[in-house]
Amino acid sequence: MMLRESQIMKIHYITGIAALFVVAVHIMMRLIMPYSLSLEYENVIANYHNVPYLVLLESILVLIAIHGFNGLRIILLELRQSKAWEDGITILTIAAMMAVVAYGTRTIIIANGFGLGFE
Amino acid sequence: MTEQVIEKIESMEKKREKEKHGKETIRSSVVLKIYRANKRAGEQPHYDSVEVPVQRWTTVLDALLHAKQYKDPSIGIRYSCRMASCGSCGMKINGIPRLACYTKVSELEGSTVTVEPLANFPHIRDLVTDFAQFFSHHHDVKPFVQNENADIKDKNKLSEFMQSPEDLDKFLQFSYCIKCGLCYSACPTVATDTKFPGPQALSQAYRYFIDNRDNATKDRINIVDDKHGIWRCHFAGSCSSVCPKGVDPALGIQLLRGHMLGFSKNEKKIADLQDRLRKDEEAKQ
Repeated sequence: MMLRESQIMKIHYITGIAALFVVAVHIMMRLIMPYSLSLEYENVIANYHNVPYLVLLESILVLIAIHGFNGLRIILLELRQSKAWEDGITILTIAAMMAVVAYGTRTIIIANGFGLGFE
Repeated sequence: MTEQVIEKIESMEKKREKEKHGKETIRSSVVLKIYRANKRAGEQPHYDSVEVPVQRWTTVLDALLHAKQYKDPSIGIRYSCRMASCGSCGMKINGIPRLACYTKVSELEGSTVTVEPLANFPHIRDLVTDFAQFFSHHHDVKPFVQNENADIKDKNKLSEFMQSPEDLDKFLQFSYCIKCGLCYSACPTVATDTKFPGPQALSQAYRYFIDNRDNATKDRINIVDDKHGIWRCHFAGSCSSVCPKGVDPALGIQLLRGHMLGFSKNEKKIADLQDRLRKDEEAKQ
């Protein structure tokens, strides 16, 4: 299914605005304790066991990956104007976005464990 | 009260006029630094300096024509109306895209006036550029009213499409475009993306999109809603600042984007629905 450019840009703007909101919550969560403490191993793992926070982290990952890689696609589109280049960078950015989301999700799953004995 | 307001406006106008004349520098002559190049003839790009006499009212085009007539007849310039109506004499004057016939030498700073061909256009010779790509983009957005209900084939039956002053206001400023290409030359996106239609074509797409006599909205939207279409505008706004006719192409682009994102109500859709309802009611009666 091919999305129209206006639909892609709608997604781009929505993910950008939503990312601002979730990143703000994420930063606030870092500041509920001294910043250096928030990055200690036990605290980080504890965060990953907090399911609402887990959802927040996953949504940051997905939103920023979509927004960022689409931004990259737009920048690269202006570099050259040929069908092969356009198709190439579209496939490349989608693949890179999926890889980043998959790797980030894997990190979240491993850190949480989900009772699967990953810890 | 009204008289006070009028007085205030008059005093402001006088002040503005004074400031405007204050900026003018009266000189008896200027040096024209003219870009010269003719790739076909193997002539490498260089600048020729020509001193020309000027009056307070001398425009850059007058100065160039003087140079062409009395100093060097081989200078390549494109011009026609000499009154900012045809849009032929667009060129970079002291680095800014302007119409040569609409720029007075006395308004420019310094005693040297540098004239160069418009950027973002293929170069032909000296100050002349190729407008084929620019007009092709303009042509692509179908810049004419399309309406299948118009009785243009039947000469005896003349269709009339009612348009209120409010409807006219929505597109009037965009219809002042003279296709001089200054906005296209100033656009940073056109500089990197040759498939980008440019501010002129996109503002014309909006001009016909918002015209209530036209009903080819879908066609036109399909043309501009492309990978290299309206979404590639960076909103630098340089197109609007260089327009000699006061058109604001950046505004047209943003308004069209707003319509495409569904942020603004589409008056045409509402009018269509009202028309259908009216026809249904008429059919029932």
